[in-house]
Amino acid sequence: MDILIQIITSFIAAAGFGIIFNAPKESLWKCGFVGMIGWMTYFLLFTFGIGEIPATVTAAFLIAVISQFYARVYKAPIIIYIVSGIIPLVPGGTAYNAMRAFATNDYNTAVQFAAKAFLISGSIAMGIVLSEVINQLLKQSRLKRIG
Amino acid sequence: MEIDNLEQYLEEQYDIMDVSLLAGKIMLESGAETYRVEDTMMRIAKNYGIKESHSYVTPTGIMFSIETEEPTKTKLIRISDRTTDLKKVMQVNSISRRIANGELDVQQAYRILKRIQVAEETYPLKIRIAAASISSGCFLMMFDGSWADFLPAMVIGGIGFASVVYFHDLILLKFFSEFMASLIIGLLAAISVLTGLGQELDKIIIGSVMPLVPGLLITNAVRDLIAGHFISGLSKGAEAFLTAFAIGSGIAVIVTFL
Repeated sequence: MDILIQIITSFIAAAGFGIIFNAPKESLWKCGFVGMIGWMTYFLLFTFGIGEIPATVTAAFLIAVISQFYARVYKAPIIIYIVSGIIPLVPGGTAYNAMRAFATNDYNTAVQFAAKAFLISGSIAMGIVLSEVINQLLKQSRLKRIG
Repeated sequence: MEIDNLEQYLEEQYDIMDVSLLAGKIMLESGAETYRVEDTMMRIAKNYGIKESHSYVTPTGIMFSIETEEPTKTKLIRISDRTTDLKKVMQVNSISRRIANGELDVQQAYRILKRIQVAEETYPLKIRIAAASISSGCFLMMFDGSWADFLPAMVIGGIGFASVVYFHDLILLKFFSEFMASLIIGLLAAISVLTGLGQELDKIIIGSVMPLVPGLLITNAVRDLIAGHFISGLSKGAEAFLTAFAIGSGIAVIVTFL
């Protein structure tokens, strides 16, 4: 039941972000789907005890791969699909906890949370980079076959 | 006769530049990645027969020059206001494709691009506010919130997003609108918990703040950095960081007084 709620809410939230960013109407379903896959990957990996950072890297990687696939098939800029997927992974909660600790002068806790938020942001970037590597490799192998 | 031909030729070159620059301007103002803007501009110029062109794009300006038999022509345009309109990015992208297929001449392309430039945003503000509020409610559930807080998060998230838009129009000062919006979100969340409408303050705030998160900037910054556009990547990263900081400060003000 919990998982079903997660699936539905992550789909709606990602599609909602598509609307906020003025994504074309026909792409909203895809935005929602990308966001749902990304969030469910993160959520399940995290529930099964894999750390937040590897879970974020994997989720960001999957998001970027699916977005690249969509971008290729529908001949649209990849950014349309990737953004809605990435948003749920942004460490809003961790950043909030850091800010809250800073505001109450609890610097030790604050720095710990801030470092974690920083690392999670870095792992989102890492996931996108990894998928770009695969994209380039695919492109090169295709060129070689033609040449 | 010869001079007439030359003038016409020169005019054509400038027209090609204008089409490329307009395409680049729309894309950059609508939130495309820097490398895509550069790539599109050079592609358009190439498809209209300019053998060599160079473009240099930063988040705040575009420089574009084309090499012809005459001395190099260069133009510079300044970009001052950026919004997010992914549909326009997609439309310009498809026009660049149509130019590559030879379907559009310079005048036609210019006219279509002008129409895209002045077009209204894809969704009216009301719908975007509604989307922001529904997203806020959903984010609350994704972060393990309880159903009791769903409605407060929805309402507060919608008000938060509306106030970002309002303050952005009111005062042309970056980061201030995000600061004010998060201040309002924090205040309303605190009020809702104090009056018993909401239960968990943290969860409500996190959920409602999500529509303000600079997700597009973060993604663009990363994609620009890996494409080797360090100036754009770093400046977008700085913008994302300052936006996040503004949101955090607004929340911190409320948390301090609780």
